[in-house]
Amino acid sequence: MDTKRRTFLKAAGVAALAGISAPAVTKLAEASSSAVPAVAENSAGTAGKIRYGMVIDMRKLYDRPDIQEKMAAACRYAHNIPTFDDPKSEIKWIWSASYEEAFPEHSSAHNAEIIEESEFLMLCNHCDNPPCVRVCPTKATFKMEHNGIVAMDYHRCIGCRFCMMACPYGARSFNWFEPRPHITQEINPEFPTRMRGVVEKCNFCAERLARGEKPACQEAAAEVGAIYFGDLNDPESEVRKVLAENPTIQRKPGLGTKPSVFYIV
Amino acid sequence: MIEKALRGSSRYWTWLGILAIFIGIGAVCYVRQFFIGQGLTGMGRDIGWGLYISQFTFLVGVAAGGLMLVLPYYVHNYKAFGRITILGEFLAIPALIMCLLFIMVDLGQPLRAMNMILHPTPNSMLFWDMCVLLGYLFLNLICSWVILTAERKEVAPPKWIYIFVYLSIPFAVSIHTVTAMLYCGLPGRDFWLSAITAPRFLASAFAAGPIIIVLACLLMKRIANFDAGKEAINKILTIIIYAALTNAFFVCLEFFVAYYSKIPGHMHSLDYLFFGIEHNGEMYNNLVPFMWTSVFLCFGGLIVLAWLKLSKKVMTDAADWIIAAGCLAVFLSLFIDKGLGFVLGGLAITPFETVVEYYPTVNEMGVTIGIWAVGIFMVTVLYKLAVDVEHEVEE
Repeated sequence: MDTKRRTFLKAAGVAALAGISAPAVTKLAEASSSAVPAVAENSAGTAGKIRYGMVIDMRKLYDRPDIQEKMAAACRYAHNIPTFDDPKSEIKWIWSASYEEAFPEHSSAHNAEIIEESEFLMLCNHCDNPPCVRVCPTKATFKMEHNGIVAMDYHRCIGCRFCMMACPYGARSFNWFEPRPHITQEINPEFPTRMRGVVEKCNFCAERLARGEKPACQEAAAEVGAIYFGDLNDPESEVRKVLAENPTIQRKPGLGTKPSVFYIV
Repeated sequence: MIEKALRGSSRYWTWLGILAIFIGIGAVCYVRQFFIGQGLTGMGRDIGWGLYISQFTFLVGVAAGGLMLVLPYYVHNYKAFGRITILGEFLAIPALIMCLLFIMVDLGQPLRAMNMILHPTPNSMLFWDMCVLLGYLFLNLICSWVILTAERKEVAPPKWIYIFVYLSIPFAVSIHTVTAMLYCGLPGRDFWLSAITAPRFLASAFAAGPIIIVLACLLMKRIANFDAGKEAINKILTIIIYAALTNAFFVCLEFFVAYYSKIPGHMHSLDYLFFGIEHNGEMYNNLVPFMWTSVFLCFGGLIVLAWLKLSKKVMTDAADWIIAAGCLAVFLSLFIDKGLGFVLGGLAITPFETVVEYYPTVNEMGVTIGIWAVGIFMVTVLYKLAVDVEHEVEE
């Protein structure tokens, strides 16, 4: 009797283990078979593929904290972003801060007064080589194949916050509390609200681009024309022309993340 | 064999009862966090990992530390460790369970934890960490159980178990290496971005794990009539001293790299941890007293242990208390160094090069204490099992 029960328990244990690990094994097999073309695409150039990027013309925003706030507000509405007073719990997609905070690796000795006095806009850089995607254990954050946007699946995210550790730009926020009661503006029915315990960040307005609209922040800054947005892989695009004509800087370029957001200062 | 855990003195039950109270407190705190949110912790947008992950990191080391008994006994046939090797395995199991619990309480969506298996992602170090931690847990469960059962029946363990025993050696190294890789591969976190992180973790692990075993042996000698033997204790102390010195050496190397190169990113975290750092006219130095306590405890403890060995007093019964004090000092030092300083030192300097300090909340500490109580509970039960089996064989 005893040995029978023991054999049964052993068999059950093995079966349970196999059951738990089976999806992992099959998924891994799938992943390895599809990995080859993905790598080839990245290394063999990006001809014919879209890679969205943004140029922020700070010259048009230096004396305009009002425009910067308008852009953040447009984003808040477009994406149902909650507002928390405690900086610990804040959710930030696009926000303004000092030059030293935005560009800590650039020298801040003897800067032009205008740079010292103004705030700079920060948002997700939608890196071509995103560390957040590399570390995510569930592929809840991923780079969209067809346009280079670094996106999030809020339903898959387990809330481990490894991506927040990996992001050198502090672009990611975690929902420390239930966000819905803290949405102080009108709800935008076109975009989902999130739940507690997941990470979120700027999505380059992927949902608006899909509808043929411009990013919300670009639209909000239209009166001064401070934002250029378009395909970095297309030499004829407006962003590429702006980049060709103006010296620009990026945040922490030395880390090799290849940010898609450029600044004219 | 498990029935041995159900029969014990009133002292045993009282101890388990006290631990159960702490487990209960932890459970209540966690239920609060589960229903209200991680906002109940001291973590925030800038300090995204806190007490939970730093405890996890420290405990992976404790689990890996058992290697310092397994390796000499099974590979080098060092017989003096024969009686206590099981204690290394029975320490690793609770330590690993605590690691998994700390990960679970840290997750924002713990019910989705299986996504890590449903959507395995080999480029994430967290995926590999899960694999090696579960693997090491499995190896320790099977090895300890099979070997203890054989010991009880007074027969040699089956040959096949040695495959798992030898496999557990690289696994012990891998759990802490991969845990270090969670940190040391992240761009923009200068304090963590150091190739010496993994060796440093291993060195401190090979001191911290064995220390718990020494302390447990000294305790069990008094209360459970279990003597590990002077030679074994003496040898473990040697291992502890070398491992802790190696760890201290690695920390000194970090200091050299930072302060000789004068690269701000490398200096900032050490500044914050050991001297305090000024930012926008405010001084941030809440960990400074802890870190210096760690330094003094480490060297104080090591001097005491080394003196005991050099003066040959280590083999006398009177030395037990001094050994315990020295070990406790080194253990606390390593706990502060890795269980507090490493994670928070890296995070206090934000990606914006601002400084943010972290203070755990009462609720968060309740959960943490609860998980420690779970671990101590398990260690108590498992060590009682091991000791009872030894006594049974002796009779």
